[in-house]
Amino acid sequence: MTLLRVEKVSKHFGSLIAVNDVSMTVEPGELRAVIGPNGAGKTTFFNLISGFLTPTFGRVMFDGEDVTQLLPARRVWRGIARTFQITEVFPELTIRENLRIAVEVASGYRLRVWQSQDADGEVKARVVDLLEMSGLTEKADRLVGELAHGDQRATEIMMALALKPRLLLLDEPTAGMGDQETYDITQLIRKLHRDQKLTIVLIEHDMRVVFHLADRIMVLDQGKFLAEGTPQDIAANEAVQAAYLGKAAA
Amino acid sequence: MGAIDFNKRAANLLVWLLLGTMPYWMTAIGGYVELGSRAVVLGLGAMSLNFLLGYTGVLSFGHAAYFGLGAYGAGMMIRYVAPSTGLAIATGILVGTVAAAIIGPLIIRLRGVYFAMVTIAFGQVFYFIAFRWNAVTGGDDGLTGWTRLPIDLGFTQIDILHNPIAFYYLVLVLFAVAVGIMAFLLRSPFGRTLLAIRENERRARFLGIPVDRHIWISWIISCGFVSLAGALYALLNNFVDPRALYWTQSGDFVIMAVLGGMRSFWGPLLGAAIFVVLQDYLSSQTENWMSFLGLFFVLIVLFFPRGVLGIIRRKVTP
Repeated sequence: MTLLRVEKVSKHFGSLIAVNDVSMTVEPGELRAVIGPNGAGKTTFFNLISGFLTPTFGRVMFDGEDVTQLLPARRVWRGIARTFQITEVFPELTIRENLRIAVEVASGYRLRVWQSQDADGEVKARVVDLLEMSGLTEKADRLVGELAHGDQRATEIMMALALKPRLLLLDEPTAGMGDQETYDITQLIRKLHRDQKLTIVLIEHDMRVVFHLADRIMVLDQGKFLAEGTPQDIAANEAVQAAYLGKAAA
Repeated sequence: MGAIDFNKRAANLLVWLLLGTMPYWMTAIGGYVELGSRAVVLGLGAMSLNFLLGYTGVLSFGHAAYFGLGAYGAGMMIRYVAPSTGLAIATGILVGTVAAAIIGPLIIRLRGVYFAMVTIAFGQVFYFIAFRWNAVTGGDDGLTGWTRLPIDLGFTQIDILHNPIAFYYLVLVLFAVAVGIMAFLLRSPFGRTLLAIRENERRARFLGIPVDRHIWISWIISCGFVSLAGALYALLNNFVDPRALYWTQSGDFVIMAVLGGMRSFWGPLLGAAIFVVLQDYLSSQTENWMSFLGLFFVLIVLFFPRGVLGIIRRKVTP
């Protein structure tokens, strides 16, 4: 059964049409990349799925239910987690505390003023799991704000993962990273997808990352749908090449 | 990690030791017991404000409203209804907390300067009511004709009216309960959601925390404890006047919190102590004491944005 079905969404900002009549379906277990030249509307499209913005027209269906008008927190409760192009973490807390908050919220403890030793132990154990999975164990007690960009990004991804999402949205996970960091994050995403069968939609500029990871690729250009297919299809697609080369030539 | 834990415990011990023995050393260093009571009461107010400011990341510039409501609630209870100190305190807390709970939903969607401005505006509404409604509040002259009353425990009476030391310990016990609850809350999963909101509201929202609702709860808790401080303030002075509701009183709480250090739990208490002592000393020397306090404040903010306690902390932890 289709996990995410975006139906003809548009987003207007005044006279600007950032996203224009775009549809997409994502099946469980799929890793989908959304690419396109700058200004193609990729991040706006993401914001419509995650609830950061609501579409001017169209619907967002998640697991068969209409979530178009739901607030972000409620979409998270249903299983949609996301990261941001500019990393959003809790900079003056340690990695461990960052993850702990995410785990507690995901466990439904957000309003608890007291928790049992058992519950606390489970939370801590889950944090340790997440730390190990991401290779951040050694840095666990350092403030996130003091860490390298790649570690901050990994922390953000693990926080999203702590929510046990059914759909993970990653907005340019390797933006601003060096080769080694890009490689590490790519491996982490690949592991989540392979081992945990996590459904992922990601926006990415780095074509090496896209072609390495994605099952299918959707291309946007100037807010509109341009093409969709396997990496091989997209690589061979003339309209896509024109969109990218057209930009490069201009 | 161990060293930090140890430092924290040592600091807690020191604070409680100093507070617990205050009446015995206060006079030795040239102070008087009421000054200590005043520092603890205003310190409670500043720590309550800091629950919202330092631990939720929301700046209220209108906490005097709930401080003043607590004060008037307590004073009017004794003046008009029942001669009981306990009932007066309970009424003060109730009035301030209920007002905060009702006003909360109207303001929690606002952020930053807008939030601060609207909290001032609501504070001024209560100020003008107290100022104008002569028949009930005593208007500009304040609410007089009442005093705090001895506490009757059945088997014995505690004369908090004539014995300032007894009153100080009553204040200290209530302070300890309030501060204990705040510390407990901050160490809970709920408290950590507040830190999350302070650190990064967008991330908090996209972790599934209903941010507005949590700010509302934090606001009510903060205002509830500031109204306790207000009730105690009225009892301390045996008097309430509209200045307890005035926006400059809100400003004083913000100054105390920032001066002492708003990222430290005890910072605002230290800030309040400095504020109260400087006020007491400077105002006996010059009418323009506020400008000296202001200068001190500006210097601290410019050079030590983490406040006085921030400086001490940096010295202690390498």
